[in-house]
Amino acid sequence: MNFKATVITNVEVSPGYFRLRLTAPQFFVTAASPGQFVMVRVSASIDPLLRRPFGIFDVGVMATEYPDVQQPFLDILYKVVGKGTAMLAGFHHGDQMEVLGPLGKGFGTGEPSEGKVLVGGGVGLAPLYYLARELVKESRVHLFAGGRGRDDVLCITEFERLGVETYVSTDDGTLGERGLVTEVLERYLANGTGAKTIYACGPFPMLKAVAEIAGRTGIPCQVSLEAYMACGVGACLGCVVKGRDHSEATPDYRCVCKDGPVFDHTELSWEQRL
Amino acid sequence: MNTPDLSVEIAGIKLRNPVMTASGTFGYGAEFARYMDLESIGAIITKGLSIRPKAGNATPRIVETPGGMLNAIGLQNVGIDAFIADKVPFLRTISTPVIVNVYGNTLDEYGELAGRLDRIPEVAGLEVNISCPNVKQGGIVFGTDPAAAYEVVKMVRDATIKPVIVKLSPNVTDVVTMAHSCADAGADALSLINTLTGMAIDLAKRKPVLANITGGLSGPAIKPVALRMVWQVARAVKLPIIGIGGIMSATDALEFMLAGATAIQVGTANFLDPTAAQTIARDMERYLAEQGIADVKELIGALRS
Repeated sequence: MNFKATVITNVEVSPGYFRLRLTAPQFFVTAASPGQFVMVRVSASIDPLLRRPFGIFDVGVMATEYPDVQQPFLDILYKVVGKGTAMLAGFHHGDQMEVLGPLGKGFGTGEPSEGKVLVGGGVGLAPLYYLARELVKESRVHLFAGGRGRDDVLCITEFERLGVETYVSTDDGTLGERGLVTEVLERYLANGTGAKTIYACGPFPMLKAVAEIAGRTGIPCQVSLEAYMACGVGACLGCVVKGRDHSEATPDYRCVCKDGPVFDHTELSWEQRL
Repeated sequence: MNTPDLSVEIAGIKLRNPVMTASGTFGYGAEFARYMDLESIGAIITKGLSIRPKAGNATPRIVETPGGMLNAIGLQNVGIDAFIADKVPFLRTISTPVIVNVYGNTLDEYGELAGRLDRIPEVAGLEVNISCPNVKQGGIVFGTDPAAAYEVVKMVRDATIKPVIVKLSPNVTDVVTMAHSCADAGADALSLINTLTGMAIDLAKRKPVLANITGGLSGPAIKPVALRMVWQVARAVKLPIIGIGGIMSATDALEFMLAGATAIQVGTANFLDPTAAQTIARDMERYLAEQGIADVKELIGALRS
């Protein structure tokens, strides 16, 4: 559903990365599930024209200055990459914007287990926080978080506060281990640690590597994709990805917005470049 | 003051108001049912349909540009068999007229599509797409040559008794010549404009942004071009005109009616706001009520010189 949201806070949590907290109607908080996303209209004018998609970092209900009033909220975590996100970074407490959501198909939380493994790259950590918060209620959660450098590994303290066991790596070694997040993951799995489900969100090459590991080890794996999209509701067909059996003769395009953004790794073709 | 009359008629199709949804921006209708009241608008035009399912182009397929967007979807669609089996049952549940946008690679394909849709009672009319800029064969080839356009429209005309609307391309030297050809071939109405061919380049990569290299420009950026073409065609041709191009508000919609349009289509605005078409219809009614205009038909072609 479309609603007008008011900025509660908009904090730069790391250079170039912001955590935005918006007011949300109670129905949004009730309806949302981890892995879903929202489309945010950053300008009431026609520049930029289109809404921007953001994964839901968290939802909840917070106390206010009035003891008997509680405020439902929605958090998103975003990286400033272009005009839309640069404008978003300029929003202050009290500013308003239109939000459409919750949209798309989120993560399946599945059976409780000791081996819920989350893999996030950069701002791909965003939807994993909400997922972790749900999973820790009944499962043991392990997070593999990677990024280019230490500024790109976000909100690790928040995950640890949930009781999540974290493994951090960076390409340049400025935080945690030096190397790719998938290398750390692979070493962890090789130790026979009993991973039951993998949930991944991040750049496509990282997801491809995770899917390859999942395929080889037989561990069920869900991936959350990011894509350019205009509408978020399955109409523009701008955000499509190729399904496993796609061919020109028998097209199998999936909309990231409507069929995803979360897919089982076996649903997709991993030969495509995104 | 009484509620103003917003109803209009296009080629025998009665619309409760002049607001239609443009092909390719509204799926098959069902996608928007949870966001808006489908009974609040004049008509739905479905995603361009071909005989066989079409995969569409590689990605990236869309890119935002100042005041607009480029798309090169490439007519991805389910094909007529799946349309009839999977999409028509939902369309049966709504009273809003459904117009099917059709696209063929060859003349015969246009004829076959029209013939098959002619037998489907849920289809109120056809919009013939001779203006898609994003496919290699057919499409715009028929839409930029007056003789070829005549042949396509004649083929569809002979294959169906349902109203035939022809969607015109702006990517021509003289849109009025094209309009005359379509009228001569038996079109009942004309819709214009489709997207303007455009391009976006990524300087850092030194590459085109779209996989298809070029795409169709839509959104507020094209509205002045669309208004001009609607005005030109409305003056020259006696057929009812459906105005399309960057309509974001009731104000935009009413400007098109002044230029000579009997109805309008909301396209890119559906992407920004899935309730856009409903909002525009509501705001048109408010405007008429405020201005004391009893009937929206009074505004058609009522441009003062």
